[in-house]
Amino acid sequence: MNLKELSKQEERLESGHRLCPGCALPMIARQLLHSLHGEPVVVGCATGCLEVSTTIYPYTAWKTPWIHNAFENVAATMSGAETAYRVLQKRGKIPKDKKIKFLAIGGDGGTYDIGLQSLSGTLERGHNLVYVCMDNEAYQNTGIQRSSSTPFAAATNTSPVGKIKKGKEQFKKDLTAVIAGHHIPYVAQASPHNWVDLMKKAEKAFAVEGPAFINTISPCVPGWGYKSDQTQEMARLAVDTCFWPLFEIENDVWKLNYNPGDKKEPIINWCKHQARFRHLLKPENKELLDKFQAHVDERWEWVKKQCGK
Amino acid sequence: MSAKRTPRALTGDDAVGEAMRQINPDVVPAYPITPQTEIMHHFAKYVANGEVDTELICVESEHSAMSAAVGASCAGARVMTATAANGLALMWEIVYIAASTRLPIVMNVVNRALSGPINIHCDHSDSMGCRDSGWIQIYSETAQEAYEHTMMAMRIAENHDVLLPVMVCQDGFITSHSVERVDVFEDEDIKKWVGEFVPKYTLLNTDNPHTVGPLDLYDYYFEHKRQQMDAMEKAKGVIKQVFSEFEKFSGKPFDFIESYRLDDADTAIVALSSSCGTIKDVVDDLREKGQKVGLLKIRVFRPFMPEMITTALKSCKGVAILDRSASFGGFGGPIFTEVRSAFHEWKEKPHIINYIYGLGGREFTIKHAHQVFNELEEVKKGNLGIKVRSLGSRE
Ligand SMILES: Cc1ncc(C[n+]2csc(CCOP(=O)(O)OP(=O)(O)O)c2C)c(N)n1
Ligand code: SF4
Ligand SMILES: [Mg+2]
Repeated sequence: MNLKELSKQEERLESGHRLCPGCALPMIARQLLHSLHGEPVVVGCATGCLEVSTTIYPYTAWKTPWIHNAFENVAATMSGAETAYRVLQKRGKIPKDKKIKFLAIGGDGGTYDIGLQSLSGTLERGHNLVYVCMDNEAYQNTGIQRSSSTPFAAATNTSPVGKIKKGKEQFKKDLTAVIAGHHIPYVAQASPHNWVDLMKKAEKAFAVEGPAFINTISPCVPGWGYKSDQTQEMARLAVDTCFWPLFEIENDVWKLNYNPGDKKEPIINWCKHQARFRHLLKPENKELLDKFQAHVDERWEWVKKQCGK
Repeated sequence: MSAKRTPRALTGDDAVGEAMRQINPDVVPAYPITPQTEIMHHFAKYVANGEVDTELICVESEHSAMSAAVGASCAGARVMTATAANGLALMWEIVYIAASTRLPIVMNVVNRALSGPINIHCDHSDSMGCRDSGWIQIYSETAQEAYEHTMMAMRIAENHDVLLPVMVCQDGFITSHSVERVDVFEDEDIKKWVGEFVPKYTLLNTDNPHTVGPLDLYDYYFEHKRQQMDAMEKAKGVIKQVFSEFEKFSGKPFDFIESYRLDDADTAIVALSSSCGTIKDVVDDLREKGQKVGLLKIRVFRPFMPEMITTALKSCKGVAILDRSASFGGFGGPIFTEVRSAFHEWKEKPHIINYIYGLGGREFTIKHAHQVFNELEEVKKGNLGIKVRSLGSRE
């Protein structure tokens, strides 16, 4: 995979959409689409930033067949489309050699929370599709409300910092591990700043027979509160602090794809750039910061252990 | 000459299962709920035995059943499903989306009371609740009708001037679990009659991609809703056409409504589904005694046919509308409200009252139909009394 070759590939998510400047969502979407190297693909999006900003009628930024149904059901919707493809091919209504891939995309709200059942059912049934969660760690589209993916202590409009409460009180749900429990052929965690890793994972995900799942970290400019030219840096720091480890699970075998080793950075290095964590810089909230750090370390050790490290 | 039929002893659920087997749709996403379960049992067996080559998706909820139905239908597949009560309620959000996306999905609804409290028996609160969702609704009196309506629903839904989903309703347990004589057509004849579905747009057309389900704001949403209303208007002509084609095929007449001994009727009952059979018996009985009574059965509730209904009732002085669902805080049940308003500009209109009856499977018997016709004797003179009454409940 090299940039020169990739630059010759057609963009199937056009510019002109209305996502925020610096938004990670279209970066991830393009990396996913480029990993298909022009292969036909049907894309489904759950309700959320990516969906509302790319398809404002009568415009669309998508040059692939594309469907949005509702917030919580992109997995079930795409399971229906994928089934239709199989049966219509079986019945000779579309050519036997016509290969089509299916890509379902949901935000953290649409995946960790309201769409979890639909996703779990789809994975259990074994549909041949790739589900990608673009995790920007809150319901951003509706104005930054907490989700089960929002990190500990982060401020959102439904977990604000007040006199008594200091942001979200719960830890982030480990969705990737929940998905791993479905024992599907391919599960991975990726980040757009490491595009080679993300695209390799997407290639693997599209290549396997049966369902595949990739969880991607997707920095959000207004939701996290950082400067719009810092998106890739926010993604990198999420990985280098080991808050967002990069790993993959192929047929139940866990593999760590990146280990910062001695270069592992403290979580404050990530938090200090983001308005949602601003209160963690105050000395009186040191206890919260320590608790957050301890949790990150604990999860990191657990992931390493899964990966045999 | 009409198509060959073989009489069989089937329940309403059996009959629908049989219809689905003969249609052999591309995709059936479904989730079990009493009293719909038998339909799915039959269908799963047909799939397991290779009697159909449909893909059955055993989803994890009705919400996903309708979601997968939408996905499959957008991909160009012929899609059927079935549900009842809480299942229909759970898929509610997507029931609207299916209609707005103009998808010709056919769904059998085995009418059952909505919770709470939880109840498994018949009333029409489930399908009446989504009467404004944009689905065509056809109500079946018997297992035979449920079978025939299902065949016709496919053709109506898939007509390119319509492209709307169709709900075929039958009464839970009363129809779905009672064995009746059902005349079944030959597989080959049905295959030919139903034909092939050729979608205009499909997600699988990757050479000419299009976007389905975009964000549609105040600048276009209204026009799209207008198109949906127009499609419902056009459906009236198409339904008529399909009914007459089915009449040619089967030798049996069908219409939006069925007028039973209404021509010179003084009083009449308006009802849908299985209760109509009971009422017909009572009409015959009273007619023999010289009482001018009749029944108007509504087969197609959506689209609603106001002129047809008022014209059929034109000789009546007293009319009782039977609603098997309540509209809490409303002025009577849904059928009452619409039929009564259909009479608005008539100068000489009948006196109309409403009965809410049969909720949660409460029995509706000959005794109740007699009671209604009795009470209509006063009503027709203009002594209306209570306009919205309940029938068959303890006071
Ligand atoms: C059933 C339902 N509940 C709530 C909403 C409102 N809603 C739309 S998008 C959204 C949040 C999306 O969050 P997420 O999935 O994380 O995507 P993001 O916009 O953050 O990328 C919500 C709450 C809805 N559309 N449907
Ligand atoms: S709010 Fe966040 S996720 Fe949504 S478009 Fe803007 S940057 Fe992207
Ligand atoms: Mg989000």
